[in-house]
Amino acid sequence: MDIPYTVLPRKDTGLWNAKVGIWLFLASEVMLFGALFSTYILLRVNSPETGALKWPHHLLNVPIGTFNTGVLIFSSITVILAWASLVLKNLKAFKWWMGITILCGLAFLGIKSREYYQKFTHYGVFLRDGTVITGHMKNEDVKLKEGEVTRYISNLQVVNGVVNAGPMKGSEIEHVMIAPDAPAGHGHEAAEHKAEKIEGKDIARIASYGPWYSPYFAIYFTLTGLHAIHVFGGMVVNTFMWGPGTKMYFTNPQRFTNRVEVAGLFWHFVDLVWIFLFPVLYLL
Amino acid sequence: MEATVHDQHGHATDHAHDAHHEEHKELSFFWKYIFATDHKVIGMQYLFTGLIFLLFGFCLMMMMRWQLAYPGKPMPVVGNLVCSALNMACKGLGDESMQGGVMSPAFYNSLGAMHGTIMIFLGVVPLAFGAFGNFVVPLQIGAVDMAFPRINAASYWSLFVGGIVMFVSFFVPGGAASSGWTSYSPLAGIATTGQTLWLVGMIFLITSSLLGAVNFITTIIQLRAPGMTWMRLPFFVWAQFVTGFLLLLAFPPLEAAGVMQLMDRLAGTSFFLPSGLVVTGMPSVVSGGGSPLLWQHLFWFLGHPEVYVLILPAMGIVCEVIACNTRKPIWGYRSLVFSVLFLGFLSFVVWAHHMYMTGMGQKISTFFQTTTVIISVPSVIILSALFISLWGGSIRFNTPMLFALGFLPMFGIGGLTGLPLAFNAIDLYLHDSYYVIAHFHYVVAPGTLFGLFAGIYHWYPKATGRMMNECWGKVHFWGSFVCMNGIFMPMFLQGMAGVGRRWYDGGQTYEFAQGVIHSNVGISMSAWALALFQIPFIINFFWSIRHGKKVSDNPWEATTIEWAAPSPPPHGNFVETPEAYRGPYEYSVPGHPKDFTPQSQTA
Repeated sequence: MDIPYTVLPRKDTGLWNAKVGIWLFLASEVMLFGALFSTYILLRVNSPETGALKWPHHLLNVPIGTFNTGVLIFSSITVILAWASLVLKNLKAFKWWMGITILCGLAFLGIKSREYYQKFTHYGVFLRDGTVITGHMKNEDVKLKEGEVTRYISNLQVVNGVVNAGPMKGSEIEHVMIAPDAPAGHGHEAAEHKAEKIEGKDIARIASYGPWYSPYFAIYFTLTGLHAIHVFGGMVVNTFMWGPGTKMYFTNPQRFTNRVEVAGLFWHFVDLVWIFLFPVLYLL
Repeated sequence: MEATVHDQHGHATDHAHDAHHEEHKELSFFWKYIFATDHKVIGMQYLFTGLIFLLFGFCLMMMMRWQLAYPGKPMPVVGNLVCSALNMACKGLGDESMQGGVMSPAFYNSLGAMHGTIMIFLGVVPLAFGAFGNFVVPLQIGAVDMAFPRINAASYWSLFVGGIVMFVSFFVPGGAASSGWTSYSPLAGIATTGQTLWLVGMIFLITSSLLGAVNFITTIIQLRAPGMTWMRLPFFVWAQFVTGFLLLLAFPPLEAAGVMQLMDRLAGTSFFLPSGLVVTGMPSVVSGGGSPLLWQHLFWFLGHPEVYVLILPAMGIVCEVIACNTRKPIWGYRSLVFSVLFLGFLSFVVWAHHMYMTGMGQKISTFFQTTTVIISVPSVIILSALFISLWGGSIRFNTPMLFALGFLPMFGIGGLTGLPLAFNAIDLYLHDSYYVIAHFHYVVAPGTLFGLFAGIYHWYPKATGRMMNECWGKVHFWGSFVCMNGIFMPMFLQGMAGVGRRWYDGGQTYEFAQGVIHSNVGISMSAWALALFQIPFIINFFWSIRHGKKVSDNPWEATTIEWAAPSPPPHGNFVETPEAYRGPYEYSVPGHPKDFTPQSQTA
């Protein structure tokens, strides 16, 4: 009494079980990301025309994003070649192509985390008159009235010039120094202007470019973060196929090929999500 | 190329055989009952988990009913027990919640929120989908097991972890989630730690349902026995098939919403938090710019299909029980199948009828009002078909049939009282009142739960080889039937008088509530009596495992394929691979020697 159609397709459906399973799973994944894309649309159409919460356009680095898109598309090709090598019974070629696929995933995550890092070290100082000054700051750039040393400005919560949480709660800010970004058109990574001094009484809020900064960053980090988790998950599966999972090739090559096909379908889906994420977050 | 592929296939199956024969060795207790992969054992795990949480959720409600019947009075015995238990788990929590046995408003809120959450996600869904789907579906389609046994086990254990997280959340500082089972933001965004645990628990429960749904749909598509064509599937399998799709496609948006609310709470984002939010007099530090309505849309995008997740399996069970106990084919099998498919599809476009009060605009309200009215059509077709099936049958009034017959008018009342709520203008008045509570509890409590009880009594002999006691079964039914109506019927009146569903004191301070408020005592008495009438069921259930009357493999003389398997079915289910030769409900076929012709019978 074995479970049928684990390896061979059922005649009337033309599919083996895992293939039905992965397509259903991907359908649910479409709904998961669909909800997040809907959120993106809703937050974007609701965002104000002016002020601190204005939807930022072209904030992300397009060349880096394009390169990362290329990396993922290339890995989609290599994962197909890995599967095709198995169909042609060429295990050595499979190892190579799958290895390259895994490395591409690693490269993608590496580049993405570099982008994340740049965001987390970039700040916005929201003034009480509604304007925002963005730029780079260090811990010592925040001067408190009591003369304490400021720590961890990356998660500094400030309400009207007073620190709202953490070990420095209640401390009043005397002033902060910020090296503002170059004006638009020069690219924000370009040479920075001279540090600017802002009085504590003018400050409403200080925040780094993390998910807490604005709805745009909230959805940016959630979408790309969830996508990165998917990339990582796909890499775990691919690495299993490339490493210990290969054992099955010698006992049940057809089933192993099926498994690689299923893993490949998931990997394609992960790439496809990025194909939507890239224009939505970087270009539009 | 074609030839080599076939060659590989042949090779592959040989090896699959080898691997499986090794698996058939006697398994240790641990692998047989704890990390089991057999669909019947997993079905039982779901059954016990679901029943325990059902009882737990009921206990929460019984405590709330004390507060509603006797507001501000100390609860005898239980009150002090709960107080000291909470104090023991978290210092001061008991005094905050139940000092001297008097329930605090905050604790009342969290009992209400957790009653809803537990009953739906940990009680009814695991029973209707997890337990019955797992135990019955593979047997009814003539399969050896589910398509992915290990994913099946993972699905159960994910539910288990989710349940534990929900349970533990009662004992953290601030208590369990208290923002309603709907967890509306921004209230939920600023709530205590319990809400964070609620979200984490929900993510586990959702994952469980998704894995289950993938497994069920694949099983039904791929593992039907030879001859078991789509139109020969028992209606219960169709109901589970549609339920699977509802869970598969409706739950992920809530998972996304859950992740976003978790981000709001933990990472300081403002997905659902608006600009200018003020919390207890202090301006909030969040960036703002989010949309509280977005949460409601994403929540109800699951929330409404979920209603059909709760009711469809029960309809399927009732259909099986009625066909078997009227000894005649179900009326309008095809209409039932197409109705359930249409129902499944439509249930994705009615969600915003839960949100008429949000002011989302007349055009949107009109759209959802229209779809909501349309969706009543397939529901009515299903209920009518089941009613008409009774006509001219020689009905056997055994316990499962009584529960199934009880289901019909109860679901009818629940469904018909939903119609006024579909209309925008009437809903503005009835929204969030006890009328709504009565409406959906008629659907879910004497509706779905009666369907589930019918299923337990009906398939008990298949699972154990023994019958449950009929006499105590009837006590269970009649007691429950009377008490259920005693609880929910007066709530319609309270709701129409304007009593709000979340009031901590049942409306003591409102003049317009005075005329109906006295019925709170009667409702509470009925609720406690309902609990007493579950005792015969619990004892009957466990007693019959060892002492019930031994019966043959097909004691009800039913036609569907699960009755062709031995009782209880061994690992692998059938002695030899069954084959379907006919439709599922060939009862009393003229010219046949017996009044039932099993699907697996050749002539």
